[in-house]
Amino acid sequence: MSAPAGVAEAPPRAAAPVAGALREAGLAALVALGLFGPMVGLRTEPGAGGLMLVQRWPTVALLCAMVFVGRFGLVWARSHRFPAFLPALARAVPLALALALLFALMLPPLPTGETLLSAGGHDRALALLALFVVAGGVFLALGWGRAAPAVAVASTRSGRWEGSLRRFGRVLGPLLLALALLLPALPWVGRYTLDLGILVLTYVMLGWGLNIVVGLAGLLDLGYVAFYAVGAYSYALLSTSLGWSFWLCLPLAGIMAAFAGILLGFPVLRLRGDYLAIVTLGFGEIIRIVLLNWVSLTGGPNGIGGIPRPSFFGLSFSAGGGPGSFADFFGLEPSPTHRVVFLYYLILALALLTNWVTIRLRRQPLGRAWEALREDEIACRALGINVTTTKLTAFALGAMFGGFAGAFFATRQAFISPESFTFLESAIVLAIVVLGGLGSQIGVAIAAVVMIGGFEVFRDLAEWRMLVFGGAMVLIMVLRPRGIVASRTPTVALGKRRAISGELVGEGHG
Amino acid sequence: MSGPLLAVENVTARYGAVLALDDVSLHVEAGEIVTLIGANGAGKSTLLMTICGDPPARAGRIRFDGADITGQPTHRIMRGGIAQAPEGRRIFGRMSVLENLLIGAQAVAVDPGPELARVFALFPRLEERQAQRAGTLSGGEQQMLAIGRALMSRPRLLLLDEPSLGLAPLVVKGIFAAIRRLNAESGLSVLLVEQNAQAALRLAHRGYTLQTGRIVLAGTGRELLARPEVREAYLGG
Ligand SMILES: Nc1ncnc2c1ncn2[C@@H]1O[C@H](COP(=O)(O)OP(=O)(O)O)[C@@H](O)[C@H]1O
Ligand SMILES: [Mg+2]
Repeated sequence: MSAPAGVAEAPPRAAAPVAGALREAGLAALVALGLFGPMVGLRTEPGAGGLMLVQRWPTVALLCAMVFVGRFGLVWARSHRFPAFLPALARAVPLALALALLFALMLPPLPTGETLLSAGGHDRALALLALFVVAGGVFLALGWGRAAPAVAVASTRSGRWEGSLRRFGRVLGPLLLALALLLPALPWVGRYTLDLGILVLTYVMLGWGLNIVVGLAGLLDLGYVAFYAVGAYSYALLSTSLGWSFWLCLPLAGIMAAFAGILLGFPVLRLRGDYLAIVTLGFGEIIRIVLLNWVSLTGGPNGIGGIPRPSFFGLSFSAGGGPGSFADFFGLEPSPTHRVVFLYYLILALALLTNWVTIRLRRQPLGRAWEALREDEIACRALGINVTTTKLTAFALGAMFGGFAGAFFATRQAFISPESFTFLESAIVLAIVVLGGLGSQIGVAIAAVVMIGGFEVFRDLAEWRMLVFGGAMVLIMVLRPRGIVASRTPTVALGKRRAISGELVGEGHG
Repeated sequence: MSGPLLAVENVTARYGAVLALDDVSLHVEAGEIVTLIGANGAGKSTLLMTICGDPPARAGRIRFDGADITGQPTHRIMRGGIAQAPEGRRIFGRMSVLENLLIGAQAVAVDPGPELARVFALFPRLEERQAQRAGTLSGGEQQMLAIGRALMSRPRLLLLDEPSLGLAPLVVKGIFAAIRRLNAESGLSVLLVEQNAQAALRLAHRGYTLQTGRIVLAGTGRELLARPEVREAYLGG
């Protein structure tokens, strides 16, 4: 009897890397042609006699060529032993370019006579450039992080940084919390700082919410803004049409968003990585476009105005004071600052709630299952973990906190429209989570302060600040590829003789 | 009750058009160590995964403890008393050793305390390293963790997929000794997939050889070790 077939047979890929790469690239370009042909190649535009069909085949050809080159580069790079950085770059650049191009094509045409390079097109050119840089940074960071070996041997340099950071973190957390709690009472803090604080805290909350999905469960979600929008519109519609109070509508908005999370979760249960990212991105856009076009319900582009403000146990924050107002009840001079301070504490409480729930869940079987899922889905299955419910709870819970934040946003602004819920929001929140160190609560908080605070500080730079931020992000990721706080402390430890209680285990139902 | 603990009857499994298991039948009695040897790509891992329901069997029956488990979802099967230490260990690298072990227990909702004590008694190394990031363990320790994690669900049948993969001979010896001890002391049944045929056949009560998706030979470990075709194909002549 001869030796069994299939012993030590080398995979065929090694034989002809260029030919194989060419074939794969050709296939990818064909798929791109099928997709972009109808989506980009044909466009209806209002013309003299009704809608006119405009054909844009050169653009399609350009897109397909880009896909071809990108795919070729990627496959070719894979067959060589480059440092992890290069394949990640080869993947990030075409993806970001394609994204920027898609957005460019979705925007309304420029006024006649203007091009991206003429004066009238500068804003758009900059915005697209910024999108390219930011998206490239995010893709690079994600791709690179994955390419890095799973068992990263910490270099002494980053080891030292990690050690001092952890020591610092033990003090930093309570310090930040104390600062956040005392901020409105500080003498030099005015209305402007409080408003900025509210904005930063909103992003901290969004970051913590998305962190459940991306950081803990490892499900790359590029459409998180959808849940923010669902929460905001749920609150706006319930409160304006039914007149229900903020405190009743807030949980309802969270439930609606969680429901949307499950709705998104079901179709993407089997997707991972890039594919999951693309579908979630589409989901975010679908929600925005529905809001834009369902005019009878959402008011379309005009949005919803006159959204009621929250009350403090039934006491309103009316500017004029008067009976039943907050100022009257507490015998204070009526002041618009009261409401701002109240909103500040409201979002602080909501953010802390998000943080508290996350920290608690991480110590429990559900949170542990999320993290295990991030590490290795197949192993989870082999251990009897119900992957479906684990994923769906991550989507639902992350979405619920996004929905809370959305309801808060609606009541704070008193006006919402689809413009507030663009892809850029998703990108910013994701950037906060990635920069913070995927899974680290304090890292997310720091990243939110740095990013949103930074946006404000560089406000004078106008469109250029996106560029500055894209650059800063790439820089941080080059220096610290796993985010600001890359380390992870175990959520459970055995004391000397302490047994583990049954509460730590037991998945409950499902 | 009588009858084998695990019975695989005429099972077929495929990945798309690729037939990975072709009419495979084998059984494991309670308290038995059974080994399955075969070359790369023979379908050994597929068989273990099919027992766990992923990929599902396309034809045939799989019975565990008399009950038909064919077509049940994976997590249901694992909760019924089967545990697997999968190929390549697949530990949760960024989580601590202790967290890895706890995940092994939580799906079946057993009290982890006694199991943890048992695993730590079997692999004292894991107790020393319980707070360490699992990804930074040595290869042998990772394999101990993978086995320990599977044991946390208090299984009656343990599926082991190439536990000796990539380990130094001395370390492999330790792992095999632990498997023998588990079987002798608590009567745990083991289905052991191995390429290290010599050691596996010495350890096991019975064995099967799998070749391109089909069972070719069956017998006691000693019988198989003596077969010329086994010597030629798996033991290097
Ligand atoms: N996920 C998969 N998709 C497609 N084919 C697979 C997959 N896993 C294994 N195979 C194929 O099934 C056959 C058996 O593989 P496997 O069970 O892993 O073999 P072994 O564990 O004996 O080395 C091989 O031909 C392999 O290429
Ligand atoms: Mg195998």
